[in-house]
Amino acid sequence: MNDAIQLIIFLLVLIAIAPLIGKFMAKVFMGENHIMKPVFGWLEKMIYRLTGIDSNEECNWTTYLFGVLLFNLYGIVFLFLLQMLQAFLPLNNENLPNVSWHLSINTAVSFVTNTNWQSYSGENTMSYLVQMLGLTVQNFVSAGTGISVAIALIRGLTRKTADSLGSFWVDLTRSVIYVLLPLAIVLTFLLVGQGAIQTFSHSIKATTLQGTEQIIPLGPAASQIAIKQLGTNGGGFFGANSAHPFENPTPFSNFLEMLALIIISAGLVFTYGHYARSKRQAWAIFLTMFILLAIGLGVSLWSEYSHNTVLNISGNMEGKETRFGIANSVLFSVITTVTSCGAVNAMHDSLSPLSGMVSMFNIMLGEIIFGGVGSGLYGIIIFILLTVFIAGLMVGRTPEFLGKKVEAFEMKMTILAILAPSIVIKLFTAIACSVPAGLATLTNAGPHGFSEILYAFSSAGGNNGSAFGALGTNNIFYNMMLASGMIIGRFGIIVPVMAIAGSMAKKRITPESSGTFRTDNWLFVMMLISIILIVGGLTFFPAMVLGPIVEHFLMNLGVGF
Amino acid sequence: MKAQSIIALKFLIVMIILTGLLYPVVMTDIAQLTYPSKSNGSLILKNGKIIGSELIGQKFDSSVYFWSRPSIIGYNPVPSGASNYGPTSDTLKKLVESRRESFAGNNSITDISTIPKEMVFASASGLDPHISPEAALIQVDRISEARKFNTNQKDKLFEIIRELTEAPQFFFLGQERVNVLMLNIEIDKIDENN
Repeated sequence: MNDAIQLIIFLLVLIAIAPLIGKFMAKVFMGENHIMKPVFGWLEKMIYRLTGIDSNEECNWTTYLFGVLLFNLYGIVFLFLLQMLQAFLPLNNENLPNVSWHLSINTAVSFVTNTNWQSYSGENTMSYLVQMLGLTVQNFVSAGTGISVAIALIRGLTRKTADSLGSFWVDLTRSVIYVLLPLAIVLTFLLVGQGAIQTFSHSIKATTLQGTEQIIPLGPAASQIAIKQLGTNGGGFFGANSAHPFENPTPFSNFLEMLALIIISAGLVFTYGHYARSKRQAWAIFLTMFILLAIGLGVSLWSEYSHNTVLNISGNMEGKETRFGIANSVLFSVITTVTSCGAVNAMHDSLSPLSGMVSMFNIMLGEIIFGGVGSGLYGIIIFILLTVFIAGLMVGRTPEFLGKKVEAFEMKMTILAILAPSIVIKLFTAIACSVPAGLATLTNAGPHGFSEILYAFSSAGGNNGSAFGALGTNNIFYNMMLASGMIIGRFGIIVPVMAIAGSMAKKRITPESSGTFRTDNWLFVMMLISIILIVGGLTFFPAMVLGPIVEHFLMNLGVGF
Repeated sequence: MKAQSIIALKFLIVMIILTGLLYPVVMTDIAQLTYPSKSNGSLILKNGKIIGSELIGQKFDSSVYFWSRPSIIGYNPVPSGASNYGPTSDTLKKLVESRRESFAGNNSITDISTIPKEMVFASASGLDPHISPEAALIQVDRISEARKFNTNQKDKLFEIIRELTEAPQFFFLGQERVNVLMLNIEIDKIDENN
C-alpha cells in the first residue's frame, strides 16, 4: 500500500511540474523575459563578451552542426588529457596515478556524449580535479548540447521558409545558465541537507566500533550528483552511484533525484508545445511517453515481486538498499532507463530477469520515453516522422507534420537516426560474443551472461550509461568498443536530426485541411505507440529471447547457472 | 569556420571556469556554512576520535553487537560496490543458503522463513547503514545472552530499537529502518551505565 502511494505521488508530481518547466524553458529559448533573467542575465551578457559571440547572429543547420561537433571534440580532447595527467595536477588528495589511455578515452567519450558509462569507480580512480573540471563540466555542457539540438529541431519544424535555426552558442549558454545551473544549485543544497557530502577534505581514517580501520572517502560530491541527475548524465561520484549513502542518503533525496533526472526531458515536451502553438501536440507526446513508462513500470514491478524459484524468495534484496526498499529501487531503475540518465540506486544486474529486460528494452527503444535532455525529444520526433510517413502511405497522401511536407530526404535521415543505435547494439554485441576478449570478463553464466553484454552495448548505443555491472569493462576491448558505440549512438542521431531541421525549416507551412492527418489525438498516440513497439520489438525481440526471456522461464523451472 | 573554432575554444574555457570551478567551490562554501556536519560526511566522534560516519555502514560480526547486512566489499568503502550476481546465479544461491543457515544458527531461529530478507542479501553500495526493525528485534536474544544482560537491560534494548527506528520519511517515502551503528553505540552505553 505504502509502495503504491509512493509511485502514484511521484507520477502526479511529474505531471504537475513538467508543463511549468516546459513553459519556462520556452521563454528562455525564445529570448523572452523570465524569472531567471534578473538573476543571471548579467552572466549571459558576460559570457557573450568573453567569448566574442554575437547573440543576434543566427546560422543555418551546417554551421550549427559544425559548432556542436567542434565543441564536443574539444571536450573529448580536454577530458582525455586531464585524466592522462591527473597525477601531475593539483587537487589529487589521494595521490591517484594517471588514468590508463583506454579508460581515459572511454570516459572522455562517455561524458561528452551524455552517456556516462563508467568502467571505473570514482573513489579510487579520479582526482577531485578531474571530477570537477572534467566530469562536472561535461555533465552541464553535454546536457546543454542535447537541449540545443532539440531546440534547433523545433525551430526547423515551426519556422516558415527559413534558413536559420538559431545560434548554438546562444542556446547552449541559455540552457546552462538559466535551466541547468539554477536547478543544480537548488538540488545541491537540498541534497546536502539530506546528508550528501560536499567538501574538499581528504578521506578520513576511522576506527570502527569493532576496532578495525575504515577509510571514508569524501569529496565535492553533491554538486556533481545534482547535475548528473538533472542533465540525465548519470555518472556517479562514487562507484555505487545513487546507491551510495553519501550520494543518496535518504528516501527524500531519492525522490528528488528521481524527479530531477526526468523533469527537464518531460518539460521539453511542453516547450515544444509552446513553439508549435499547440498544447494538444505536447500532451499527445507526453501521453505516449507516459503510457510506455507505465507499461514498463508495471511489468518490472510484477516481475520483481514474483517468486524466484532458484533463490526461493519473492522480492529479493540483492543489490538493493534498505532505506529505499523494492518499490523505489524498481521505480528508479525504470525512470533512469526511460530517460538516458543511467544513474542507479539498485544494481540492475541483480534485478529479476524481466525487470532487467524492461530496463534494457527502455534503452533499446532509442531513449525516447522522455529520454535524455533534448535527445529524448528529438528522438521521439524522429519516430513521429516515421509514424506520419507510414500513416501517409496507408491513405495515399503526402505525409505532413505541423503543416510541412515530409519527403524522401527527411525519411532517409529518419531511418539513419533509427538505425545508428540499433546497429551498435546488435552488431557490437555479436562481435563481443564471438571473440575471446569479449567473453573473458564475464561473471555470470548462462543467458544472464549474454544479457550482460547485450545490456552494455544497449547502454552505449542509447547513451544511457547504466550497466549490468558484473561485466568487467575496464580493458582495451570493452573500453574501445563501448567508446565507438557511444559516439555512433550520439552523433549518428545528431547529424541526421540537424539535417532534418535544416531541410524542414526551408519548407512552407500549408494550412490544415480536412484531409490532414492529425498528430494531436488519441488515434495518433496509439499509432505512435504501436510504431515504437513494432520497430523496437522487431529489432530486438530475438536478442531478448536469448537473454532475459529464456532466463525467466529457466528461473521458473528452478534452473540456476 | 575559423571564427567558430576560436569561439568553441573560448566557450569551453568559460564553461570550465563557471561550471567546473566556481559552481562546485561556491556550493562547497554554502554547504560548509549551512550544514557543516552533513557536508563533511556526518562523522561520529567518541572520546575525540572518529569512529565512523552515520551514513556509512560498518562490519559487525561480534555476537555482542547488532549485525549489519552482508556486504560484498566487507564494508571497506574504497571502492563501494555490489555483488552483481544475477537472479539465477548458483553462486548467489549458495551464498544465500549459507547466510540463512549461519544467521539462523547464531540467533537460535528455527523457522528460516522469519529471517528478514536484507540479512541474507548483500546491499547495492556494500555500505548500507540500515536494517529493518524486524532484523534488529530478531537479534535481541543473542545480544542479551552474549552481554549477560538482566531483564531490565534487555528491555532497554527493545526501547533503543523503538527509539532509533526511522519511520518512512514524511509518512510515505521509503522503508521503516534502523541505523545499525547508532544502535550499537547505544548498546555500549547500556553496559557502561549499569
